[in-house]
Amino acid sequence: MRDGWGRRRTEKNQWSVSGSLDSQNIIFRGISLNLSSNPVIQITDLTKRYGDFLAVDHLNFQIQDGEIFGFLGPNGSGKTTTIRMLVGLSKHSSGRASILGHDIRSNITEAKKHIGVVPDISNLYDEFSARKNLLFMAGLYGVPYDQRESKADELLKIFGLYERRNDRFDTFSRGMKRALTIAAALVHSPKILFLDEPTTGLDVVAARSLRNLVSNLHRQGLTIFLTTHYLEEADLLCDRIAILVKGKIIKIGTPEELKRLNEEKSIIEIKFTRDIRTRIEELSRRIPGTEVIVLEDDKVRIYGGYPPSIFEEVHRFAKDTGIGLELVNSIRPSLEDAFMRITGLSPMVMAIDKGGR
Amino acid sequence: MWRDELRGIYYIALKDMRTYYFKPPAVSWGVIFPVVWILAFYLRNPKNFEDLIPGLVAMTILFSTTAAEAVVINFELKLGSIERLLLAPISITSVLIGKVLGGFIFGLLMTIIVTSVSILYLGLHPNILALTAIAIPSLLVFSSMGAFFSVAVKEVFEAQTLLNLPRFIMIFLCGVVYPIAAMPGWLQYLARLMPLTYTVDGLRRSFSLSSTSSVSLDLLVLVVYFLILIIPAIKMLNKRFE
Repeated sequence: MRDGWGRRRTEKNQWSVSGSLDSQNIIFRGISLNLSSNPVIQITDLTKRYGDFLAVDHLNFQIQDGEIFGFLGPNGSGKTTTIRMLVGLSKHSSGRASILGHDIRSNITEAKKHIGVVPDISNLYDEFSARKNLLFMAGLYGVPYDQRESKADELLKIFGLYERRNDRFDTFSRGMKRALTIAAALVHSPKILFLDEPTTGLDVVAARSLRNLVSNLHRQGLTIFLTTHYLEEADLLCDRIAILVKGKIIKIGTPEELKRLNEEKSIIEIKFTRDIRTRIEELSRRIPGTEVIVLEDDKVRIYGGYPPSIFEEVHRFAKDTGIGLELVNSIRPSLEDAFMRITGLSPMVMAIDKGGR
Repeated sequence: MWRDELRGIYYIALKDMRTYYFKPPAVSWGVIFPVVWILAFYLRNPKNFEDLIPGLVAMTILFSTTAAEAVVINFELKLGSIERLLLAPISITSVLIGKVLGGFIFGLLMTIIVTSVSILYLGLHPNILALTAIAIPSLLVFSSMGAFFSVAVKEVFEAQTLLNLPRFIMIFLCGVVYPIAAMPGWLQYLARLMPLTYTVDGLRRSFSLSSTSSVSLDLLVLVVYFLILIIPAIKMLNKRFE
C-alpha cells in the first residue's frame, strides 16, 4: 500500500503527519481512517480496590480500532486508575482486560509494545534535550538504530519543536512539555495511544493546538483512549464517551447519543440576584416533575416540566422570597446538560477539581 | 523477550549515568570523600601507606556505588519519571537491575581510577585478576544496597540518612583503616557480619597483604549479600506498583 506521497506503507497503523503545533495547518500524508468493529481493548468486570475503598467498580466496555474513546468524570472518579491498570502501572484486583488480544495480567510486556502512554504529568527528563529525550525513548522501545534519528526529527517537526530540539526539557513551556511528552509516546509507532488529561494546565491556545494534534492523529487511524474532565474536550474529540462517577461507568455512548437524552426535556437556566442555595428545596417543591440542579450559588438549571408553568412559578417564587431574577434562558441541550442529568453533578465540580480553565 | 529486557537494562543504566552520575555530588561522595579520609590517616601516620590502599579501594567501591544509587530511584518515584521506564515493554525487575547497573558502572570507573593512580604512584603490583574478582561482586553488593535503601523509604533524604548508618559503621569495623584482628572479640564477630569486611579482605589478598578468610568465603558472602539486598528491593518496587 502506498501513501499519498507515494511512499510504501508497511503496516496499517503506521502513521505520519506533517505540520506544527503552532501552525494549526496540518497536511496529512497517508490518511488511514479505520473505524471497524474490531475491538482493540476489551474490558470485563475490571475492578480495583485499595483496602476497603473501591476505586474502579466492575467496568465493562470495548474500544474499537481507530476510535477515540473518552473517559469523562470528575477528579477521583477512577479515570487515571483505569488507565494505570491498562498500561501496567497498577495491578487490577479482579476482572479481565486485554489489549490487542494480550491479557494485561499475564502478557502486559507484549501489550506495552503496541501502546503509547501520555501520563497526566509531563515526566520526561529535565537534563536531556528534546531530541535526546526522544532518542532515549526510541532506544528503550527498541526502535531500530538507523531509524531513531529520523523518527525523532520527524516527530519534532510534527509537534513544532524542531527549532528547539537541542534545548533542555526543563526550559520548555508547559504546552511544549506536553507536546514533547506526546511525541515521546509515539516514537515507537504504537497502535493505541493513552492520553491522561492531555490539556490539563495548558492555556487556551496550547490546549486548542494539542486537541488539533490529537484529532489529526485520530484521523490517521490511531486508536486513542483519552481521559478528561473537560466536557467540551470530550465533545469535540471523542467518538464515544463513557461517563465515570465513583469508579463506575454510568453511561456510555456517542456525544450525540448522550445529548439526545435531554432532547425530550426542556431546559431552563435561571440566574438570581443572590445566593439561593438555602431555598432550593422550596423551589423544587413549587415545580414538581422537574429536576433542579444548582450550577452556581445564584444560578440553577431546571430540567423537564412545562416551560410556561415553570416561568410563572419561578416568577412567583422570586416575588415571595424577595430574590430578584437577573436572567431567564431557555437553552439547547449540550453534553454538559447530559453530564449533569446523568451524574447529578454540576460541571463546576469538574472545573474546581483541576483548577478549571 | 530477553533481548527487550537486556536492551531496557542497558538504556536505563546509560540514562542514569548521563543524568545522575558524573555530577558533583556523586563524584564528591564517590571519590573525593574516600581519598580525603585515607589522606587524613596517611598524614597521621605516613608509614605503611601501602597498607591503607585496599581500604581506600574498598571505600571507593562503597561510596561511589551508593552515592547516587541511594537517591536515584526514590527521586524518580517522587517525580513520577520512573513510570516512564515502567511503561516500556520490560519488567520491573529489569528497571531495577538497570538502576543497579548504573551505580555499578560508575563505581567500576571510579574504582579503576583510584586503584590505577594508587598503583602507579606507589609502584604497587597487585594481582589484577584477584582484585577484579573481588571488586565486581562488591560493586554489585553495594549498588544493590543503595537500591534497597532507595526503594525502602519514602523520602529522598531518608535514604541517604539511613544508608549513612551501615556505611560509617562499616568504615570503622570492616578493616578499612584498623585491622579487624586488633579489635575486641565481640567487635570482630560484628565485623564478620558485614559485607565490606569480605571486600577489604579480598582486596588485601590481591595486594599481597595479610588476610583472614579464604577467596571462596569472601565471594560466597558477597554473592549472598547481593541476593539478600536485590531480591527484597525488587519485591518492594513491585509492591509500589500493585
